[in-house]
Amino acid sequence: MQKLLAWVDQRFPLTKVWEEHVSKYYAPKNFNFWYYFGSLALLMLVIQILSGIFLTMHYKPDTSLAFASVEYIMRDVPWGWLIRYLHSTGASFFFIVIYLHMFRGLMYGSYKGPRELVWILGMVLFVALMAEAFMGYLLPWGNMSYWGAQVIISLFDALPFIGPSLAEWLRGDFVVSDATLNRFFSLHVIAVPLLLALLVFLHIVALHKVGSNNPDGVEIKKKKNADGLPLDGIPFHPYYSVKDTVGVAGFLILFAAAIFFAPEMWGWFLEHDNFTVANILQTPPEIKPLWYFTPFYSILRATTDDLIKYGLLPFVLALTALTLVSVRELKTKGIVVIIAGFVVAGFFGLEAKVWGVALMGLSLILFFFLPWLDRSPVKSIRYRGWKYKTALTIFTISFVMLGYVGTQPAEGIYKMCAQIGTLVYFAFFLLMPWISTYDKTKPVPERVT
Amino acid sequence: MGKKNVDPQRRMLLQLTTAVGAVGAGFAAVPFVSSMTPSARARAAGAPVEVDISGIRPGELRPVEWRGKPVWILRRTPEMLASLATVQPHLVDPKSQVKEQQPDYAQNETRSIKPEVLVVVGICTHLGCSPKRELEKGTISSDWEGGFFCPCHGSKFDLAGRVYKDVPAPKNLEVPKHTYLSDSRILIGVDPKGKGAA
Repeated sequence: MQKLLAWVDQRFPLTKVWEEHVSKYYAPKNFNFWYYFGSLALLMLVIQILSGIFLTMHYKPDTSLAFASVEYIMRDVPWGWLIRYLHSTGASFFFIVIYLHMFRGLMYGSYKGPRELVWILGMVLFVALMAEAFMGYLLPWGNMSYWGAQVIISLFDALPFIGPSLAEWLRGDFVVSDATLNRFFSLHVIAVPLLLALLVFLHIVALHKVGSNNPDGVEIKKKKNADGLPLDGIPFHPYYSVKDTVGVAGFLILFAAAIFFAPEMWGWFLEHDNFTVANILQTPPEIKPLWYFTPFYSILRATTDDLIKYGLLPFVLALTALTLVSVRELKTKGIVVIIAGFVVAGFFGLEAKVWGVALMGLSLILFFFLPWLDRSPVKSIRYRGWKYKTALTIFTISFVMLGYVGTQPAEGIYKMCAQIGTLVYFAFFLLMPWISTYDKTKPVPERVT
Repeated sequence: MGKKNVDPQRRMLLQLTTAVGAVGAGFAAVPFVSSMTPSARARAAGAPVEVDISGIRPGELRPVEWRGKPVWILRRTPEMLASLATVQPHLVDPKSQVKEQQPDYAQNETRSIKPEVLVVVGICTHLGCSPKRELEKGTISSDWEGGFFCPCHGSKFDLAGRVYKDVPAPKNLEVPKHTYLSDSRILIGVDPKGKGAA
């Protein structure tokens, strides 16, 4: 065995890679509950790919066959129901894990230097995962699949100039049709999964270059022993491989419970309207995406003329004034005024629909800039002051609220909640430079606690 | 990236080769990108559809499919037509001035060729949902004059498919090209003079 390993090592860096990334990858010793979700996300990716491979063996990407082939998997294929529910319930669990993983990053400042690239790669992963989930949802060719895709692709129609031809190019037809279903199948089973795998690889390579953050936000590489190993680090294997196995076991209990007892989660994981075949003459009474898209969908729906006039316009003017007071350089001030001028002109010149799409896009883009919007000298919420803690709490509550109202009709109190939530969402990111600058932080310990 | 020992001529050739290669890659992408545009078959499927409207009673709406879209044919009653004038102050574009939303011959008070027969694409101009038919008075609110209501995002349209103010949809519903073959039969997708069969 030793001889074989030596033979391989002369030809391939097997032991070197194993040591670098597993057995001698030193991770902080104080990881808590929140650090389960990285490895759980990887587990979910593997589950989705495996269950997807077997679904592809029976599924037919054809508008006249697709819906029936899913029924066939559910009823006639041995264990087909289990594989299908693993995949469909798995999608929701994947997003639960990812949202908690991202929340961990917000709490402990994992996006801050030197981990900006880890964060950005993670955000690209998140966007790619959203695309993957969106395209997968068309495949059963249920009525909600059809109309959901119709609405989301129409978003591109709203873009000035290129919009209509771009939407036509994405659909491959004038409406969502067989051509659309077929290409979504292709992208869902091969293109995006390959991209996801590549991005996960890059995400982990970037992480292992800079090392993991921890609940104290202390850089363990700053304090090393005589051998050059971090004093507060322990090898990933066996310490965290064992800990993560416990996490996996706990997670799988919950996952299995959902699959066996509530795979549709009363319409939250699989919508009732998707149990009838797509009907181009009949919209479901309420078109709504699955829960993991609804925070962003709420922002889209909340953007009406009222929100622009009474919410966004004062917000942009106030933000501009605040920036002008805060920056010193004359050139920067000029740039700020020009940008604000364009935005305000756009508020009057462009339709509310265009702004809805733009804000939905911006709500994702802002996440990418978080490492630079946050000016705080400390990472972890443990050593931040009340300002950041309050901001993160309000943001989290309003994000969940946006998610909930996105599943409800866009009227009355729901519409108002969505509009308030939208303003809170953007305020969290765009006021972050001031919140984090003026927040009174506590001293960070030298070593992890 | 030391500048020493660099032969400027070779470096220039190297950059030129890279540039030409990038242009080549750009051209190579054309067939793949173009393959995703609507195919010849999809374009041909946009053929006109013939509908017999004699069976549609006053006040009744019949949906038909054209180019994969729902097209509504509504035979309006005299009261329905009367409501078109009453709702005018609440509309964004009561005179149907946005050109691309209807052919010239439907740019009139009723947005139709024959006043009672409305032919309209049943897709909301907001994000492509299909609005619900709320043809009766007072169904949505006590002052509702009848029309279409999009449940997705709350857009409202009158009985000529004209959009109300303060809703997300920006434009009136689209009136497709259509022509009368006889009193009881219409052809959707063709202009009356027969020149618009695209």
